[in-house]
Amino acid sequence: MRTTARVATWSVGLLGALCVAVVGSAMVGPVALSPGTVARASLNAVGIPTGVNFNTAAAGVGSLSMPVPSVDLQYTYVFDFRVSGSAETIVRTLRLPRTALAAVVGFSLAAAGTVMQGFFRNPMADPAIIGVSSGAAVGAVATIALPLSLPFGLQTAAFVGALVTAFAVYLIASEGGRTPVATLLLAGVAVQTLLGAVISYLLLQSGESLEQAVLWLMGHLYNSTWGDVGATLPIAVLSFVLLLTYAREMNTLLLGEEDAHTLGVEVERTKRLLLAAASVVTAAGVAVAGVIGFVGLVVPHIMRLLVGPDHRVLLPASALGGATFLVLADTLARAGPEQLPVGIVTAAVGAPFFLYLLRKREVHAL
Amino acid sequence: MIRVEGLELTLGDSDVLTGVDLRVGKGEFVGLVGPNGAGKTTLLRCINGVLEPDGGAVRVEGRRVAETPADAVSRLVATVPQDGSVAFDFTVERLVEMGRTPHRSRLDWSDGSDAVEEAMERTGVTRFRERGVGSLSGGERRRVLLARALAQETPALLLDEPTASLDIDHQVRVLGLVTDLVSEGQAALAAIHDLDLAARFCDRVCLLSTGEIRAAGPPAEVLTADALETVFGTAAAVGVDPATGTPTVTALRDRPERDLHVHVAGGGRAGARAVSALWRAGCVVSLGPVPAGDVAAETARGLDCPVVTAPAFGEPETPAVTEELDRLLGGVAVCVDTGGPGSDIARERAETGGRARGPSRVLSVAEGENPVAAVLDDDEVFAPDTA
Repeated sequence: MRTTARVATWSVGLLGALCVAVVGSAMVGPVALSPGTVARASLNAVGIPTGVNFNTAAAGVGSLSMPVPSVDLQYTYVFDFRVSGSAETIVRTLRLPRTALAAVVGFSLAAAGTVMQGFFRNPMADPAIIGVSSGAAVGAVATIALPLSLPFGLQTAAFVGALVTAFAVYLIASEGGRTPVATLLLAGVAVQTLLGAVISYLLLQSGESLEQAVLWLMGHLYNSTWGDVGATLPIAVLSFVLLLTYAREMNTLLLGEEDAHTLGVEVERTKRLLLAAASVVTAAGVAVAGVIGFVGLVVPHIMRLLVGPDHRVLLPASALGGATFLVLADTLARAGPEQLPVGIVTAAVGAPFFLYLLRKREVHAL
Repeated sequence: MIRVEGLELTLGDSDVLTGVDLRVGKGEFVGLVGPNGAGKTTLLRCINGVLEPDGGAVRVEGRRVAETPADAVSRLVATVPQDGSVAFDFTVERLVEMGRTPHRSRLDWSDGSDAVEEAMERTGVTRFRERGVGSLSGGERRRVLLARALAQETPALLLDEPTASLDIDHQVRVLGLVTDLVSEGQAALAAIHDLDLAARFCDRVCLLSTGEIRAAGPPAEVLTADALETVFGTAAAVGVDPATGTPTVTALRDRPERDLHVHVAGGGRAGARAVSALWRAGCVVSLGPVPAGDVAAETARGLDCPVVTAPAFGEPETPAVTEELDRLLGGVAVCVDTGGPGSDIARERAETGGRARGPSRVLSVAEGENPVAAVLDDDEVFAPDTA
């Protein structure tokens, strides 16, 4: 089958699986809903942006204030099915935003994991490998634990922490315009260790907010809002599209940097771009959901077994597969008598499955 | 086509290339030979732009590689790498298709093309196009990498050890294909370990050692026992391959130094065996007279030993032959008669003596007898020294 046809088939198939997972997930909860109700309520929630308002609000500390432009989109809702009011509220304001956020975060982490594994030519690479998650954790835990009132929220602190860390690791590992992958890997591990110490110290100092900090570190999707989805989705989609245009380059990089260069790829520039885009995608996901492990490691692996190493097919398949996986994992996390952070579920489900693949020798090098 | 001028490169603290000049013309196959660590691979990596030289310039079709973007360079030069470790499992077809990368835009995701089909066809990999690269043998994989380079459709082709770890059939097939491409107008430069193959397939060879070109030209002129001993540091015998007529090189173990001059009388196979055995044992060997083109003469020349030759047809004992023979016999301690063609002449001259200096002994060596043992075990050979 031609590559474009394979991309389309896998994408459509996995998108269908994602929709089924979303509807299924929204049925589960203290109030069980029928699939029909969920589907109708979900369709009612589908809005098409038809207008834009620009607001300029001031934000700042003390005398330092700077205008922060914000964009309000006006939506027109296409569907108007009959659904009972309470069911519609449960689906639209409680379950759907959470499920949608799970999908976006899963999408981001799996896409970033695919890129990192290809980039490092190492099956153990994951989105956190260059310290993105640790940086986000420092930002988030500092916001929770320290008696500071910051002019921006926890998510912004986590996002900024993630990107600063990734950039620092990149600078440490670069010399003379070149960034050897092995150095990058080791620098990432070292910086993660250092930040681990910082996080531990912050946790000791966090006093009563310890539980909140630990919860964030486990990765959870409690209290998700449409606002979280709106902040994450554009970053995830834009970075993903950018990464997708570099699918061919990623394929050649799998052959080694020297081969990639002889095939006309500007290796260092491409590496910078891939690192930057993957870090931004990861940071966006981690900032809203905390450190959810294993999605970015296991999903790309499974998808590589199914579709092969060609990034043109693998990247969209992994991203959509990751979205579906996290939606299902989060459904499991909140299905029990007590809600669990989804990070526990992904690790508890993902690790044994990975070990199973390992024993079956399905997991080898890329 | 490929023009390298005054190329200099320093990696770390060591100079890897010091002033390399090299040209490869359209329709020319140049072999790069030299010992391990001579800088062959490094030179190739400078030509394809992977390494940026510290001095000098590399031009391909007049364009300076260091100042040309990677995608433009990859439309000029294709490289067949030494051997990609297989850390991926693309199908053969996908891998060959990656050779089209320089010709396609980022968003062009179409598959296949005539160039890919033709490249697979020529390298004979079409029949396993659907197989994963990881499941191929070393020889098949090398052909796939060659196909990828062909799919690039470049005027210049670089090959890094294209025959290393291939069986003899694959070696000849791969280099034969390169020769075909060159005859269609491509320029090819290959780092080759195997000197015999380099001599057989290349139009010219460049002898590279410690970052410098020591000699360049047709194989027969460059690959001499003397040059090889200087560059590789080992004694080597250069002969002529009977099947291809091209030079063939045999590396020899370090031989003992023996201040014993031996003249071999008689050519043919017996003569050739005696020459090489005595030479390996450390003797200073001369030969003759033998008919021109005799196998023993080739052996002796390959070892840089003096030879007296007589015309193959006609009177063997001309005054010139006798004079040259007397000169050689004047310096030898022993003459070994192998009974081959021409031996009677030498024996006669050696035994008639009448000269101030000359062989003290003439030994007959029968077929199957070891000439070295015969010479060294003969008590009287050393008589003049002990006297």
